[in-house]
Amino acid sequence: MTVAIQVGPVDEEVLLPPEQAAKSSRHRKHSPIRWLILAIAAAVAVVMLAPFWLLILNAFKSVADYSVNGPLAWPESFSLEAFSKYLDIVNYPVALWNSVVIATATAFLGAAIALLGAYAIGIGRIRASGLVLAILLLSTMLPHEALIYPLFYGAQATGTLNTPWSVIAVFTVLHAAFGTYLLASVMGTVPKELLEAAALDGASRWKILWQVVYPIMRPTLAVLVVFFFIWTWNEFYIPLVLLSDQSAQTIPIALSTLRGQNTIDITVLNAGSLLSLLPTLVFFLIFQRTLSRGVTAGAVK
Amino acid sequence: MATTAQARPASARPARSRRRGVSIRERGSYWWYLLPIGVGFGAIVIVPFVMNVVVSLFKWKGGRSPLRWYGLGNYTDLLADQEFWLSFRNSVFMIIAIVVIPTLIGLVLAAVLFDYLGRKFGSRTAAFLRATYYLPQILPIAVAGFIWSWILDSRNGSINSFLRTIGIENPPDWLGDPSQALSSVMAMLVWLQIGYPVVIFMAALQRVDPELYEAAELDGAGWGRRFLAITVPQIRPEIFIVVLTATVGALKVFAPILILTAGGPEGSTVVPSYYAYRSFFELSKVGYGSAIATVMSIVIFIVAAIMLTWQRRTDNERVA
Repeated sequence: MTVAIQVGPVDEEVLLPPEQAAKSSRHRKHSPIRWLILAIAAAVAVVMLAPFWLLILNAFKSVADYSVNGPLAWPESFSLEAFSKYLDIVNYPVALWNSVVIATATAFLGAAIALLGAYAIGIGRIRASGLVLAILLLSTMLPHEALIYPLFYGAQATGTLNTPWSVIAVFTVLHAAFGTYLLASVMGTVPKELLEAAALDGASRWKILWQVVYPIMRPTLAVLVVFFFIWTWNEFYIPLVLLSDQSAQTIPIALSTLRGQNTIDITVLNAGSLLSLLPTLVFFLIFQRTLSRGVTAGAVK
Repeated sequence: MATTAQARPASARPARSRRRGVSIRERGSYWWYLLPIGVGFGAIVIVPFVMNVVVSLFKWKGGRSPLRWYGLGNYTDLLADQEFWLSFRNSVFMIIAIVVIPTLIGLVLAAVLFDYLGRKFGSRTAAFLRATYYLPQILPIAVAGFIWSWILDSRNGSINSFLRTIGIENPPDWLGDPSQALSSVMAMLVWLQIGYPVVIFMAALQRVDPELYEAAELDGAGWGRRFLAITVPQIRPEIFIVVLTATVGALKVFAPILILTAGGPEGSTVVPSYYAYRSFFELSKVGYGSAIATVMSIVIFIVAAIMLTWQRRTDNERVA
């Protein structure tokens, strides 16, 4: 499905008579209004980026500089004071490690479980698969508030409260539910002949899954892994409740512990925010293509 | 879930193998593949959800305190609770900020980027602009909330510092004034959300046959006509998905409220999820919080069901 989206327009361009395309673009070149529209689109981009700019500007100011010159001025000198203060309050390396462990484990486990479940529904076409899919879809809409209190007690009872395991278990299942739903519909498009040929060769279902279905699903699985990772990384509500201990907190939760503490300088908050968004930004730049492909995959079904 | 997954194989197997013929007959059944998600789903979703509904029938302070049977009392209390109704009224404003405004702006932006700027300034320009619009979407919500609570701060926030430098003596208290806070939160949510429809609609537009536009252009249709007559109808499925997912998200919105205003000032920005959170962890009214969460789930399911049914019906009408 993602393939169709990317291949389609390219083919059309080839099919277009070249003179016609050239003519219409020459005709358009003279309108000055296009600069106006570009300016408007760029203005929107400036508004979108302005908060990031302010964040960077003020993270590198010293406390004195900020209190004298305010948030809009250029820093008098680039100071790392705010960063070192943030690192004194929050154990950033531990939070980073927790986030990496939780997001990575969730992404791969969730995708693996989704692959197995979707195999039963999309290829096996088990009875009541429609009902199973409907339940899975409903669960993606469920507000976490309706689960949180029992989950809190469950984590306490199993001794996983304030450990990464509680959060990994919860998000692996929640994301796998969505993944099963998505993969099942993609698997429905796998050609029957392929499966039948493999079965005739005497391959077991387990073998068919790994040697026929898995290779076809790999691109979609990659998209799922990237998305599960970033969703888990940014998740707020459930980790906030399940990980109150600093040693287990993820990056966003560690940052949010500073909420409402008026004694903390704004520059420190800015430095902390900047440090907290840095890993996501790096991840975004690396996986930008996969992400934009995946947004489409989720939308088109 | 878990029980059916385990009980089915024995009874289901013979019938299935016979129907499938010799080729795929073998030991085991496809039901085994559902076991991991089945067990997990039972433990993480079904059991907690049922427990939550059960707890909503009790008065409970949480922890070791006793549970006292209250029947549907929590629900009847909700109906008489001003704050509860206010929270749902605010949900309507959340829908405006997360669904209505971003979808409308997103449609125009996506069409402009894809079909105008992309063609006149190259697809790189369009891709760059799209990435900047999408950036807030990948931000941890805790970070986005922090940035904005500081930008909107009344004393030394960036907006008010700017307003003071251009000579406005008494700039508004964006988050502290009960008549102002909700619209400030809404502005932040629009900023947060806008990239999602833009990215999806731009991807959807690649699916649209360019010849449709060529033909319309030859017939003398202006950009606005083409937008309404081709763009919007052609990407209807994606518009529906965006509206559906964003509506569900708007009914669930929590973190921005917690970080920006904590429901205040004077409860003017309270939303159902935040009210449930407060009942659980601040007011120690766990039964009451569970009732709010249950009502929220039901409202979300009903809204989603209505939208899905409506979409299916209009789809059938189009085919017929």
